Amino acid sequence: MPESCSMEGSFHLMGGDFTNAGSASSALKAKLINSGVAQSIVRRAAIAAFEAEMNVIIHAVAGTLHYLITAEALTITVTDMGPGIEDVKLAMQEGYSTAPDWVREMGWGAGMGLPNISKHSDLFKLDTVVGEGTTLEIFFHLKERNADS
Amino acid sequence: MEHAFASTSRWSSTFAEEVYAMNLSKIIELVKGTVIIDSGGETDITSVCSADLLSNVLRYGKKGALLVTCLNQPQVIRSAEISDIPAVLLALGGIPEKDMIALAREKNIVLITTLLPMYTTCGILYIAGLRSCAEECDA
Repeated sequence: MPESCSMEGSFHLMGGDFTNAGSASSALKAKLINSGVAQSIVRRAAIAAFEAEMNVIIHAVAGTLHYLITAEALTITVTDMGPGIEDVKLAMQEGYSTAPDWVREMGWGAGMGLPNISKHSDLFKLDTVVGEGTTLEIFFHLKERNADS
Repeated sequence: MEHAFASTSRWSSTFAEEVYAMNLSKIIELVKGTVIIDSGGETDITSVCSADLLSNVLRYGKKGALLVTCLNQPQVIRSAEISDIPAVLLALGGIPEKDMIALAREKNIVLITTLLPMYTTCGILYIAGLRSCAEECDA
């Protein structure tokens, strides 16, 4: 992507909509590929976005997934109207989950969501207020990795 | 309250690159599989991811892997698509949901079923030379 250009957009996410769960991350992945982002970064970003999207589908009433692609970085911001996270340290711990059993039976709720986002991103920020919602900002450096690919 | 987390990834050398590849048609023959959705082309598989937890697929799955699972719903296909996994094998005679079949068709993900259990399926593929996406837990 040229230095001066940037691209952004957003997707609405509906809590409990398991039929379309993942469609925002899928669309984002296609946009990243079309924007010429390196394949390895596309895969990591899509995985982090998918985990964040699933958190909204599972836990929140609704949310948005916003992306901003510049020459230097990709920023994915997922904001939800959800219950918030009471104990972030616990939520970052692999295996800790507050998802109900029926969600686990679908293959989710293993307590790997936030750890997976951490693993696949270069940096992420989490801002949460119990009873109001959560915002995740997930960052990926594009410049040096694009140069590597 | 805001929290920031640096990446916990270890990208460079956690696992050696796979060198072995097996054509999917050979795999279907080995596990006596039935093809539900065909991609219409040749597919080479380089490793196997066996999981019923989709976050494990997202964490350990590798590009070009075969996903072996008993989950029969559409998010399995989403997880495969997001992880660059070209084929999903439903073990133990799993019958895919309609939405799963439709999404596999839309995303060009090969969907296969076998009557064999997961353990036996994976054992056959291991003996044939395919290895796991994650040889050891990196947690």
